[in-house]
Formats: sequence, C-alpha cells, structure tokens
Amino acid sequence: MTAAPSPSSNRWQRLLQPMVIPALSMLTALIVGSLVIALTDLDVLAALRNFFSAPGVALSAMWNAIAKAYGALFEGSLGSPATIIAALQSGDPQAITNAFYPFFDSLVTATPYIFAGLAVAIGFRCGLFNIGVEGQLYIGAMCSVWVGFTFTGLPAIVHIPLAMLAGAAGGAAWAFIPAILKAKTGAHEVINTIMMNYIAFRLSEWLLSNRGPLARPGSPVPVSPFIEKSAELPQFFPDPIRFHLGFFIALGVAAFIYWFLFKTTLGFELRTVGANPNAAKYAGMNITRNILIAMCLSGALAGLAGANEVLGVNHNLALAFSSGYGFDSIALALLGKSHPLGVVLSALLFGTLRSGATRMQNVARIPIDIISVIQALIIAFIAAPAIIRTLYRLKDGGEGEGAVFTRGWGK
Amino acid sequence: MPALLELHGITKRFPGVLANDHIDLTLNQNEILALLGENGAGKSTLMNILYGLYQPDEGEIIVKGQKITVHSPNDAIAAGVGMVHQHFMLVPVLTVTENVMLGVESLVGGVFLDRKAAAQRIRDISKQYGLEVDPEANIKDLPVGLQQRVEIIKLLYRHAEILILDEPTAVLTPQEADELTKVMRSLVAQGKSIIFITHKLREVLAVADRINVLRLGKVVGSADPKTATETELASLMVGRQVELTVQKTPPNPTEVVLRVEDLSVLDDRENLTVNEVSFEVRAGEVLGVAGVQGNGQTELVEALTGLRHAFGGHFYIEGHNVTKASPRTITEMGVAHVPEDRQRDGLVLGYPITDNMVLNTYYIPPFAQGMVIQQPAVDKVATERVKQFDVRTPGIRTSAGSLSGGNQQKVIIARELSRPIKLLIASQPTRGLDVGSIEYIHGRIIEKRTSGCAVLVVSTELDEILALADRIAVMYRGRIVAVVDAREVTKEQLGLLMAGAQLNQVTQPNVSEIAPH
Repeated sequence: MTAAPSPSSNRWQRLLQPMVIPALSMLTALIVGSLVIALTDLDVLAALRNFFSAPGVALSAMWNAIAKAYGALFEGSLGSPATIIAALQSGDPQAITNAFYPFFDSLVTATPYIFAGLAVAIGFRCGLFNIGVEGQLYIGAMCSVWVGFTFTGLPAIVHIPLAMLAGAAGGAAWAFIPAILKAKTGAHEVINTIMMNYIAFRLSEWLLSNRGPLARPGSPVPVSPFIEKSAELPQFFPDPIRFHLGFFIALGVAAFIYWFLFKTTLGFELRTVGANPNAAKYAGMNITRNILIAMCLSGALAGLAGANEVLGVNHNLALAFSSGYGFDSIALALLGKSHPLGVVLSALLFGTLRSGATRMQNVARIPIDIISVIQALIIAFIAAPAIIRTLYRLKDGGEGEGAVFTRGWGK
Repeated sequence: MPALLELHGITKRFPGVLANDHIDLTLNQNEILALLGENGAGKSTLMNILYGLYQPDEGEIIVKGQKITVHSPNDAIAAGVGMVHQHFMLVPVLTVTENVMLGVESLVGGVFLDRKAAAQRIRDISKQYGLEVDPEANIKDLPVGLQQRVEIIKLLYRHAEILILDEPTAVLTPQEADELTKVMRSLVAQGKSIIFITHKLREVLAVADRINVLRLGKVVGSADPKTATETELASLMVGRQVELTVQKTPPNPTEVVLRVEDLSVLDDRENLTVNEVSFEVRAGEVLGVAGVQGNGQTELVEALTGLRHAFGGHFYIEGHNVTKASPRTITEMGVAHVPEDRQRDGLVLGYPITDNMVLNTYYIPPFAQGMVIQQPAVDKVATERVKQFDVRTPGIRTSAGSLSGGNQQKVIIARELSRPIKLLIASQPTRGLDVGSIEYIHGRIIEKRTSGCAVLVVSTELDEILALADRIAVMYRGRIVAVVDAREVTKEQLGLLMAGAQLNQVTQPNVSEIAPH
C-alpha cells in the first residue's frame, strides 16, 4: 500500500526531517526577535508616532534598527567580511588573526555549550530532566581548578587530563545525589536538581570567600588562585585569540556520546528507558541502574563544561563565572533534538549568538538580553511545534524517537 | 423516500496510501448498517470524513437529499451525525450530567450551569431508549459499559439522528455487548439509524440489518445477515479463504513446566487482586485463563513474568523457584511473554522494527559483542523474521509505531517465538486484530504447543479461549473458580462461570472439574 521511496531519498529524508522544525523555529525566532529589536528602539518609536503622516520614515527606521542589530551580531560572531578580505590581501599575519578573532571567539563560547548541551541531551534520552547542569558545572569547575592549582610540577600530559577528570567526577558526584533520590524514593529530579543548583552556588561562594579553601591568598575579591601552566588547555594562536584545545575535546566527547548512545548495549538500554520505561522493564532492563548511569554521565559532561572554562579560558575560578551555560543548554538540547550532532550544531549557533551579542550591544546599543529573548522564542517554538506547523503549513510528520519532554510528575 | 444518508465516490489519499477509493454507501432510516473490514481497510477514515475530522479529496455527502459539507464535528452534529469513538471522549472527574452538557451547556441567568434541567433530559433519554445511567455519578466510578452509554446519551442529547459506533464492543464483556445490542435495537425502533463499525463477524450477523464489507479502501461487497455465514464474510474481508477454527491435534501434555502454588498478588492500589491461585501448565498443552477484564489476570501475568512482586505463594519454572526472580532471569529461563498491552509494554513505538526485534536479546551474541551492538546481525535477523512472520512493512527501519496493530503484534510474536522457549505466556494475543492476523497468530501459538512448548493464554475473548485452550481456568475476583476441559464445556457455561457462578451450578453431566495434577 505504501509507496516505497528510493533508499537514497529515504535516507536524506530521515536525516533532514528532524531538522525542519528546529530550523524553522530558529528562523521564526529571529523574525520575531527583529520586531522586538525594532519596537524597543527609541528612534523607531519616535518615527512610529508619525506613522500615518510619514509611514516611509517609520518603516525605514525599523529596517535600519534591525539591519544594524543583526549586522553587528553577524560581524561580532563571524567577523566582518570586508575586514577579513582586506587582511587576507595585506598578508599581515597579525591582521589576519585579528580579522578571524570573532569567529574563533564564537567557537570558544560554543565549547562549554557543547559539553553542557550533551549533558542535558543524555538526560532527555533517558527520560530525565536535568535542570542541575549549572550546579554540576560549578562543582566540576571547582574540582578542576583545585587540581589545577594544587598539584605542581606535573607534566601537562598528566595534569590536564587529571584536572578534566576531576571536573567530570565532581559533576557526576553532584548529579548522583538527585539520581539516587529519584531511583530509590521516586523524588522528582527536576525539583532536586534545581535545589542542588542553589547548594552548589552557595558552596562556591563559601569556598571562594575570604579564607575559604579555594580563595586566592591576599585577594580582596572572592577568586581562586591561578591554575598551574601545566593544567592550562593549550591555545592554538597567540593572545588575544583564546581558541583552545577544549573545542576539539568537546567534539571528541560528542562523537563518543553518539557512539555510546547508538552503538552500545548500555546506550540502547538508556534510550529504551527514556522512550518507554514499561517496555524497558518488560525487556528485563534495570531502570534504576539506567537512571543512575544517565544522571551521572550527564553530571560528568556538565562538570567537563566547567572544567573547560577554568582550564581553557579563565585559568581561575571567580564567583558567577558561568553566564548561565547550564540553563541555556536546556534550550540547546531541545533545539538539537537531544542528538549529539544536533547539540553540536545548536551549540555553535548559541555560541555565535552569545559572542556576537556583545558587539551588537556596543555598536547598535541593543541590549545583550535580546539574545535571551531569541533563545526563549526558539524554545517556545520547539516546545509547541504546532505553532511552526501552522505557520509554515507543515504536515504532522509523526514524531519518531526522541527525548521525552512531557513526563508526569513522580514515577 | 430518499435514503437518510448517502456517500458518493468518497476518496481520501494519505501520503502513499489510498485510504478510501471512491466509496459509495447508503444508510436508510431505522437501519443498522454494519461496516465490516480488517484494520486498515479504511472504515475509520471513512467515518472520520463523515464526522468532519478529515476532509475528503473527492466525493460528496448527502443527508436527507441535501448535499452537505462537514468541516468539523460541530457541522456533523448540526447535520444530525454523531460518533462514539473507540476510545471514549469523557472527562473522568466530572459527572455524567456535566460530561453530557460539555459544549452545549444550558445556563440559568446566562451564567450558571443548569444541571437540573440537563439531568432531567438525561433521565428522559435514558428512559426512552433503555439507557439506564445515574446522571449524578462520576464517570471514573462507572464501568466501561456504562461509560459507553454516556457517550451514546451525549449524541442523543445533541439530537443526533445517525449514530456512528466505532468498534463499540471491543471494550465490553460478552454480557455488556448483549446489552448494547438491545440498546441498538431500541434506538432504531425509535427512528434512529446506526452505522456500526467492527471486524467481529458474529456480532455483525447478530445485530446488523445490512452489511457492507470494506477492503483496501474499497467497498468489496455487501451481504444480508440473514443468509450470510461467518466464513463467507471473513473471506470477503480478507480477500481469500480463511480458517476460522484453528486446526489442532489432541494435546500431548508431558512434564510440568510452570507450577503455581497459592500465588497472591496486589495491584497498584494494594488491593489483593490475585488470591491464592494454584495451577500447572505442562509442556505440550495450552492452559487458557478466561475471565472478564479486571479479575486479576493482568496482575497474575505480571507476577509470573517478574514485572510485579508476588505478595504470597510461590511459582516454579521447571522446578526452580522463580517467585522473586527478575524479568530478565525469567526470560533467560526460556519464558516468552506476549504482553497484554502491546504498545505500552511490548514495543518501543519510536524504535525501528530492527530494535524492537531484539528488545530483550540485544545484549546477547550475535547481536552484541561485549557492549557493542552488532547492527548487521540485528538487521539480518530482523529481515528474516519480518519475512518469516509475514510482517507487512515498507522496510526493517520503519518505526514500530507506524505499523498497523496486527503487524505490531506480529513483530512481538516474531521476537518472542523465535527464541528457544519452554513456556509461552500470551496475554490477549489478538486483541483488536483483524481476522487474518488472528488466524495467523493462533496458528503460530498452536504450532508452539504441538512442538512441545507449554502455553498459558490469557484472554477475555471466549472464542479465543475456546479456539486455543486444551484446559480452561476461569478467573473471577482474583480466584480460579474452575479448571475445565475445553472439549467438554460450552460457551454459555463459561460465560456463567466468568460472571461468578459456581461450577456445580453450571455443571452438566458431561462437565467435570479436572482434579489438580
């Protein structure tokens, strides 16, 4: 009855089908975001007052505001094409590096997003909503920075992995607490991971505070000592380009997570528990064990995000050093459909947006918060695909396997 | 007089499928028209078009000589067409009255619900059509049969003339189904007309005035229930000769595979649902567990497969006490389980057929080496089993969720029966399936028995129990009230036992209780 499409078109369809809604969600969010930009611009508002007498002025003011904002966003995130071409023509290495600075800095910003996005995604795959990535990220950063400044005289080849692993272990341990509570008592992981976030934040404040165990001796501000040179993730270019090894570690970890989820028996169990816990139980899988594995793995990835920041970018730990990577990564995992490749692509997008937003604020005087609005819109559209389907007249494609976002409370 | 309802050339295409292919259909006043067809024949699509849930690509709908367009269920109701869906559309926490009023609330002073008036109308309707129900009762407290009445009352409350009943007996006990038949008769006697969708042959012959058979989106024939036989209808439905009775040799029971001793099980609300049950299943025989839904069969099977803890008693597989064993241990001892709810427990609907085929063997070679899944081995076995068990699918990567119910069940049967097994526990193995699939699955189960496997079949369908079982255990309120020889018992006797009668009350001279082994 069903017409059999050719295998190749089928494969393309399978590959592209899941990307339609996220891509359109992003596009729609950018469009709606542009309206927000226009309508919060004072020049536009002034022009709009005379809309009926001079509609052309108002419309061009809107267009200018939007073009300026998104133009600055683009240049701030990927670099200005004109500058790049000029630098390449001049052949001056310093000019070329500087021209590519925005692009590399976007990759630097994307790196913690890859780790944190994978952390949320692996939870989703097992039917768990890990809101505690931010807290696990803090704990990971603290463990990592401690290893980074405490051990001296280690070669980098030992020190870096040790510090990364310490971060992963810290994050995993922090995630283990809500995991065991869920597995043994049925306590909902959403509540407990949120609470664990607060504990992690306050713990970091205490540890970094005056005479706290992680505080830099003699420093008036709460900040940790600098880590040893041997623990720093190597940078590929001289300062100010911060692009470092962490980006490729993140890609490697993403590849590993893909392999783990889709090619191993453990990953199969974990996905089955997420997709249909009843069937998982029927098939003899151990639900408790899988919840523990998924949560700890998620925490370890979150911890790596924190370790990456302290070892690769900051080289020390300050209060509130994360600008909400853990929370943004929830949106990011949704956008990436909890698939490692999707997460990497979404992380690149988010990194680009975040990194360009600073320039947008400086050049176009558009508050950086507009990026949060766009991110929020992306989530809203992805969470309510009916809106996108209606807007673009899409047929309901029948959701395949994916993460479970609407699970009831409790067991 | 023109027909009450006419459908002309209704055509509906879905991507890759012609669901309805120029269907013509006529419904007369005071008539019960049965729409018979296998799953996927296009019955539900056609009725959803009539009810305004789908728009036809071609064709027209004519009610009382007037062409109408139906864009929504509201249009359908306005034209006097109402539908009772297979899955009820009721709000469990609201009362009967509130559910019936929902959407057509009558108000007092423009603000307050006029429950009193609505309740009175419901009582009037109940009385007129013999649909006894308490308007003040909460839906969640009503048995399924009464909930269905509420659905029918909802339509009558909205002045529906044409009632579409989609598989109405699928959820009912035999007694409730008989009640429904009476209600349907009473409705047509008082001027209503009914389209009755089903794939159960016996019911059609008992209730319908006229029968239309659908196959692959087309009307392939009509039949007169007075003259047609079940075999004729089944052949028309499936498009080939069908065996309605399973051919089987006399049982040859040998050693005991499953022994259950005084097993008690609690349900989710901690009620004692299985109460000190004891029985045995031997290799080479089928023990059928008959009973009305909700008498402890579900919990019994869950306990025997390790999915639910036993509260008391023991059970043994080949002499090993496995009362506290995990589902995996029990599976690895050679027990196959065809679960009652195939979509809830038996399959991961989002997974492709391949993954579902190895859902409980994925970790064993050749499907895994160490912890790495060997996809080629999985694909190979899936391809073989799809072919061997006649799963109709575009490919092995098709998700289980997009298969029809019958093919979903075949995937489960293929997975469970192609392992080396000693005991097969099959719960409702053919629920909601079409004649062709039932025939096939019954054949496979009997084949397993004949090859020396012990089989425990749990079913609420008496026909199924009688077709498969060598011995029948009847469950009533958590107890096994009788174990009888399938060759010596009648359907009527079983029905009475299932309703709680004592064995000696129903015993004919030729029926005797089989002494426990």
